[in-house]
Amino acid sequence: MKILVCISNVPDTTTKIKFIDDNKKLDTTGIQWIINPWDELSLTRALDMKDDAASGVQKVTVAHVGLGSSEPTIRKALAMGADDAIRINAEPIDAFFVAAQLSEVIKNAGFDIILCGIESSDYNGSTAGGMLAEFLGYPSVSSVSSIKSENGQIIMTREIDGGKEIISMPVPLVAIIQKGIAKEPRIAAMRGIMTARTKPINVSQPITIESLTEVINYEMPKPRAACKFVDPENPKQLVELLQNEAKVI
Amino acid sequence: MSVLVFVENWDGKFKKLTFEIVSYASKLAELLNTSAIALSVGNVENLELEKLGKYGAQKIISATNEKLNVLDNRIYTDVIADFARKEGAEVIVLANNITGKALAPRLSVNLSAGIGSGVGKLPISLDPFVVFKKVYSGNAFAHVRIKSRIKILTLAQNSFEVIETGNNASIEQHKIQVRDEIFNTHVQEVQKQTGKIVLTDADIVISGGRGMKSPDNWPPLVELAGLLGGALACSRPVSDEGWRPHEEHTGQTGKIIAPNLYIAVGISGSTQHIAGVSSSKYIVAINIDKDAPIFANAQYGIIGDAVKILPKLIDAVKEVKGK
Ligand SMILES: Cc1cc2nc3c(=O)[nH]c(=O)nc-3n(C[C@H](O)[C@H](O)[C@H](O)COP(=O)(O)OP(=O)(O)OC[C@H]3O[C@@H](n4cnc5c(N)ncnc54)[C@H](O)[C@@H]3O)c2cc1C
Repeated sequence: MKILVCISNVPDTTTKIKFIDDNKKLDTTGIQWIINPWDELSLTRALDMKDDAASGVQKVTVAHVGLGSSEPTIRKALAMGADDAIRINAEPIDAFFVAAQLSEVIKNAGFDIILCGIESSDYNGSTAGGMLAEFLGYPSVSSVSSIKSENGQIIMTREIDGGKEIISMPVPLVAIIQKGIAKEPRIAAMRGIMTARTKPINVSQPITIESLTEVINYEMPKPRAACKFVDPENPKQLVELLQNEAKVI
Repeated sequence: MSVLVFVENWDGKFKKLTFEIVSYASKLAELLNTSAIALSVGNVENLELEKLGKYGAQKIISATNEKLNVLDNRIYTDVIADFARKEGAEVIVLANNITGKALAPRLSVNLSAGIGSGVGKLPISLDPFVVFKKVYSGNAFAHVRIKSRIKILTLAQNSFEVIETGNNASIEQHKIQVRDEIFNTHVQEVQKQTGKIVLTDADIVISGGRGMKSPDNWPPLVELAGLLGGALACSRPVSDEGWRPHEEHTGQTGKIIAPNLYIAVGISGSTQHIAGVSSSKYIVAINIDKDAPIFANAQYGIIGDAVKILPKLIDAVKEVKGK
């Protein structure tokens, strides 16, 4: 069985976000780029499955749509233990564009399980995974918090409101991964970092396709009003504020 | 032309979220000089369906089939896309919840429709069609233009007021066919907590962080939640340590919530935590450290030891609420 993990290259989650060019572009100076946190957890789970001989997973590949500048992020995925990588050489314009590019390289490549993170921490769209599944005509399960393979069937847990469902599904499939899938992301060991240098990154050229959306400009959130402090000896004051001023209780 | 709003049901019932998205769709339809059509998928009784009219739906389509009792993303996408084509939908509205996130992207590809996800208000302009959405986990907002003829919007929970208009809507029942051969979601087991307020639906959320020191210190938080009719949440280290169940973890990698009131106790307010709660209408912070970043995001704060403050706060709530 072959697993593909789609990875997105995003600013470190503690980055101070700033924009340039009339708020039209992200200011990338000094930004540390990382594997999108959910994709990193998905990759961790894929590698754990491969380590478990009983799961029948032989290979883990990562795929990424981006320019050469995102190769360090791909190398990091290889250092974590992915066997090889595919990079589609294009600026990721929107999720539709990205999913279309990914589907093109995936459609005849024989992957059984495709993992996508539920959200990328830049555009917060929660869309690429489902779009990819529809492009491929594969079934998809969203909000997946556990996945394993058993006798050729894939068993997943998906979150529903106020609970969970255990689902089985035949391959090929797209699983859209959320929290719970792995506790901590796998840390690349020194050996992994060394071998990552020689692992193949296969670069393919993009297909021509129009994006469906475009960002016109950005805006910073309005600063919140200053916090009103209440005497710790008299929390009743807080309750009164919540009741009479905020009117929320 | 129409605005089509997809409404899911929970054991045959709708909830506040449903009425928010129907209100939103109706308002949008009004701006576009067209009508709002609600599409309910799965078994819902007429008495419940009629409620959708109250929030401005002019027509209610109820599509039923055995297979629709389970959420199979492909089958649901087929059904919604079919009705969208039949009704000439120009905009499709879904909730930005678990189900909406599962279906909107598939619909997007099916209908070549661009998505504005997690929007919190009506579009900034209709021509060009521009929406306002949170990006970088709440650290910024973007004006996003949707270029396609058909548009899909997913509405953030608790961001749009429900508006009662009192329309009398017509209900159309459709027993539909589905493509059995693509049904692939075999549910083996369902685990549901009953009687608990679902965290993402809660108006009031009481949340504890590492500053609570030990799971043994949770009873006052549980009591406070009970008194206020709220749900419980926690920061990531708390669920990682197993002090509280994973379902309660809020933040960038946990649940993203938008209650009216979020009370953060012993939570420092890291950017990743704030990413999950920044849409709360009011944030209250209780923290021993006056410089904790959580205070920069809170409207009300108490500086002090939570273990000492909570009993007093509980007494005050009991007094004010007359319990
Ligand atoms: C990729 C990534 C994703 C992440 N996602 C999330 C996420 O989704 N959600 C999340 O919460 N975190 C997330 N984190 C972790 C995050 O960075 C913080 O480590 C975490 O939020 C801190 O939790 P905390 O506030 O409970 O603990 P701490 O930061 O340890 O804060 C404890 C607070 O309690 C206060 N305190 C101590 N004693 C008392 C007392 N007696 N009374 C009152 N206050 C007291 C302290 O002053 C302190 O402010 C993520 C991190 C990364 C790298």
